[in-house]
Amino acid sequence: MDLHLAAAPPTGAERAAVDAVLASVGESSAGNTLPATGGASGDASAARASVGGTRARHRVRHLLLPALHGVQDALGWISPAALNYISERLGVPPAEAYGVATFYSLLSTTEQPPRVAHVCDDIACRGAGALQLCGQLEQRLGPAHHGGGPAKAAHYDAPGHGTGAGGAGADRQAAGAAVAGAERTTWVTSPCLGLCEAAPAVLLQLAGDPGATLAPATADAVCTALHRPAARPAAGPASAATPPALHSVPQAADPASAARLTLLRRVGRADPESLSDYRRHGGCAALRRAVALGPDGVLRELRDSRLQGRGGAAFPTAAKWEAVAGAAARPHYVVCNADESEPGTFKDRVVMEQDPFAVIEALAIGGFTTGAATGYLYIRGEYPLATRRLQHAIGQARDWGLLGRDVMGLGFDFDVELRRGAGAYICGEETALFNSLEGFRGEPRSKPPYPTEAGLFGKPTAVNNVETLINLLPIVLGGGRAYAAAGTDQSTGPKLFCLSGAVARPGVYEVTFGTTLRELLALAGGTTGGEPRAILLGGAAGSFVGPEHFDLPLTFEDTRAAGTALGSGVVMPFASGTDFVDVTRRIAQFFRDESCGQCVPCRVGTVRQEEALQRLATGSAGAERGLLADLAQVMGDASICGLGHTAASALQSALRLGLLDRNGEGQ
Amino acid sequence: MNETQRSVALTVDGRTVQVAEGATILDACRQLEIDTPTMCFADNLTPVNACRVCVVELEGSRTLVPACARAAAEGMQVRTDSERVRHSRRLVLELLASSVDLSCAGEALQRWQADYGAEPERFGPSAPAAAPGERERQHAGHHAMPDGSTAATVGQPAKVEDDLYVRDYKRCILCYKCVEACGEDAQNTFAIAVAGRGFDARIATEYEQPLPDSACVYCGNCIGVCPTGALMFKSEYDHRAAGTWDEERQSVTRTVCSYCGVGCNLELHVQDEEIVKVTSPEDHSVTHGHLCIKGRFGFQFVQNRPDKP
Ligand SMILES: Cc1cc2nc3c(=O)[nH]c(=O)nc-3n(C[C@H](O)[C@H](O)[C@H](O)COP(=O)(O)O)c2cc1C
Ligand code: SF4
Ligand code: SF4
Ligand code: SF4
Ligand code: FES
Ligand code: FES
Repeated sequence: MDLHLAAAPPTGAERAAVDAVLASVGESSAGNTLPATGGASGDASAARASVGGTRARHRVRHLLLPALHGVQDALGWISPAALNYISERLGVPPAEAYGVATFYSLLSTTEQPPRVAHVCDDIACRGAGALQLCGQLEQRLGPAHHGGGPAKAAHYDAPGHGTGAGGAGADRQAAGAAVAGAERTTWVTSPCLGLCEAAPAVLLQLAGDPGATLAPATADAVCTALHRPAARPAAGPASAATPPALHSVPQAADPASAARLTLLRRVGRADPESLSDYRRHGGCAALRRAVALGPDGVLRELRDSRLQGRGGAAFPTAAKWEAVAGAAARPHYVVCNADESEPGTFKDRVVMEQDPFAVIEALAIGGFTTGAATGYLYIRGEYPLATRRLQHAIGQARDWGLLGRDVMGLGFDFDVELRRGAGAYICGEETALFNSLEGFRGEPRSKPPYPTEAGLFGKPTAVNNVETLINLLPIVLGGGRAYAAAGTDQSTGPKLFCLSGAVARPGVYEVTFGTTLRELLALAGGTTGGEPRAILLGGAAGSFVGPEHFDLPLTFEDTRAAGTALGSGVVMPFASGTDFVDVTRRIAQFFRDESCGQCVPCRVGTVRQEEALQRLATGSAGAERGLLADLAQVMGDASICGLGHTAASALQSALRLGLLDRNGEGQ
Repeated sequence: MNETQRSVALTVDGRTVQVAEGATILDACRQLEIDTPTMCFADNLTPVNACRVCVVELEGSRTLVPACARAAAEGMQVRTDSERVRHSRRLVLELLASSVDLSCAGEALQRWQADYGAEPERFGPSAPAAAPGERERQHAGHHAMPDGSTAATVGQPAKVEDDLYVRDYKRCILCYKCVEACGEDAQNTFAIAVAGRGFDARIATEYEQPLPDSACVYCGNCIGVCPTGALMFKSEYDHRAAGTWDEERQSVTRTVCSYCGVGCNLELHVQDEEIVKVTSPEDHSVTHGHLCIKGRFGFQFVQNRPDKP
């Protein structure tokens, strides 16, 4: 290939941002050598650089997303010159690098203000004043930057009324600040930020500064954070504004409930930034035990445990690991799927923020058992604190010999690479995740072949959800049989649920499978606004259930029999009086925004679904229901991946339950 | 294919058929002369199975599967005529026709539209076309809320940037064929790629640079594979614009390209003694349908020499 590169030279800052990323990531990925830079870029003679064969290119292509992140983080957007420099360093054709950069919502290929607030207006935050927050920000900072979302349709309530944030005087003051800081700050709407227990949530993307979140957020806090002088250290807004452990895990605050926790037992007790504290609280014992058992021993316990994946598909983990362990092709990989972007889901975030070493230890057990020396942890780009905690944990684990050569002197090598997503729900789909990691657009691959056979870099790969992985610790320590004694026959062990919406104490709750919906809600202090009209199970890809199912035992088999699914563990009650048209419209918007665009049923079907729903909301219901049913069927039957398969699920369940009937209770 | 290749037997619509190992369900359908719609599939490109118009029902599979990409396996039970299959094919055709200008997409497509009873109008009147650059500016994950009164389309002005070919993306079904032809499957130039996401995904050069400033070497292989006329010879585009394009009046002459010694077969499409486009047979052993700038556009030098010094 003859690489065509425009002659525009990168700025010093752009070059430095790319070089820093490639140096830091490159050195830890064994066997990946970067092509020589071949002279200064931007030099007209280097305008056409010839790089080795396809194979050589693909060896470093996986550094594309980290390099794009590096430039975005430092400069707030990716200029043509910066993209060209990345293309040159990695031997990636610029058109393809551009195709990758434009795939992600957190990356910008057009110049934008360097300080951006991503304001969640998704279903949980909507119930907690997100639209009012958007209205206030619109008043203070001007219209949302991308012009997309509901801003154009002027759906926001009149700002400054009834939300207690600011008031007219403060609004005027901050508006002045926005003018003074013109073009330095802006805001955009965002899908669920995984902070639903502290809604409404905001992510701050600040060029040159570490990312940060605000939850619960107010317009004042957002404007203050946006206008804070640049280059504040990490101790700034981030850690202060994240919900504290005991808020996110209410059970941990009560000694009696805390004593019964398995997966969340260290939350609020062990310091998530200290490996020695982790060890004091029982950490690293499972890995030792796993090595004592040997790979076959671990697989035996895993089989006995009957652990099923917690990422949504409920696939038996033992079958996956056995297939990878036994695969002839080498190397093997283990991947931790921490892309958690299903609206309403935040359990993985809480686990990673509060117990990061547990995730690393579990991944190491996965590597040991399946014969993988490298693990990748792919975390969604909207999780700055979890990312920092994991980075820190990986660093300490390397220093202590928990990662690296001859792990803890136990005779095997294992290391973890942390990779950030960049704003794309679809990258949680396992094969899209592989493509994203490899430096391609996050488009799902067609299966077969399955990941256990040809996954990351085309090699046998065991990919698991964060929650699935941490179940390995009790399974290995206490044995598979003991583990399977909890729960039901077909759904064993403990399960994390994400409660948000109309519930008194939102948060992550750990219960054993078989707990009923009603019991779970009681644990969370009951619902707010009386008996809920409906409960959304499984997030945007899940479905609403009505009162007839409030005593449903929460297991894979019972939910399946009831025509719904646990999915990612979202339990979101909605009070009667909820505007379900608005809720389902936001869900339809989500799928239209997050479709990768690869296949027709989903790419166009999600657009038509949103349009038909708009018409349903304003008028003649009859014809639209038929259209929506037709769309649901083609998306479910003919789409490539689970996104398309489930894009109509919540809406169809809402229709079945009469939640969208104009004269129904739902209004 | 070598002699040691084994064959597999499968059942399609109740009829048993033997195909070579590695063949697809589509191959089996073709062997049985079952008319199977395809849009993103081409014999000379790696299947991307993105359009989903070829889906079939496979016993044991929860969802339908793409015939063009799924390998045939021993004992498979396939249905191509069930209500489920017909529904998905009809909907895919309707979704495409309601969002893309398919007026140059060929006769086969029109036949399938009729066969499957596609009614793209039921999604509402088409939304107005995008202004120049508007689709390109869409940021991933953000779109303006529709009001439902019209059906969104990929309508947009054509990109006319040189004298050789036109990119008229209002006709683009995003089948990935041009990207494959420009990249690993033929040309290895990688001048174009898919950019953006979801309904805003599009074929683009880096930062939407005009083609003459991109890596494009004008081999025209992308034109050769484009199924909808989104990529079109400038000569054909001008004729169509003038209303003078008339395939009835065209003759196709096979010849061997004289620019070099490789021996590429050319098909010269001539209308009124003017070469209006050049293709190469897909099944030709040398080209597999692909050419270089000299074979593809050399005729322009021949024809235009008097007025272009
Ligand atoms: C659109 C889509 C998004 C997904 N997002 C996630 C995710 O964020 N996290 C996750 O663990 N699994 C996600 N999955 C499921 C993964 O594809 C895969 O099944 C899972 O990571 C396997 O891990 P498990 O067996 O431990 O559940 C998603 C699937 C789809 C179709
Ligand atoms: S179903 Fe949607 S997200 Fe999945 S591959 Fe198709 S277009 Fe992409
Ligand atoms: S003409 Fe050739 S090089 Fe140019 S875009 Fe088409 S396939 Fe690529
Ligand atoms: S331009 Fe033509 S070949 Fe390329 S994706 Fe669009 S329809 Fe397919
Ligand atoms: S953080 Fe807003 S809905 Fe989850
Ligand atoms: S022809 Fe099979 S998916 Fe397009």
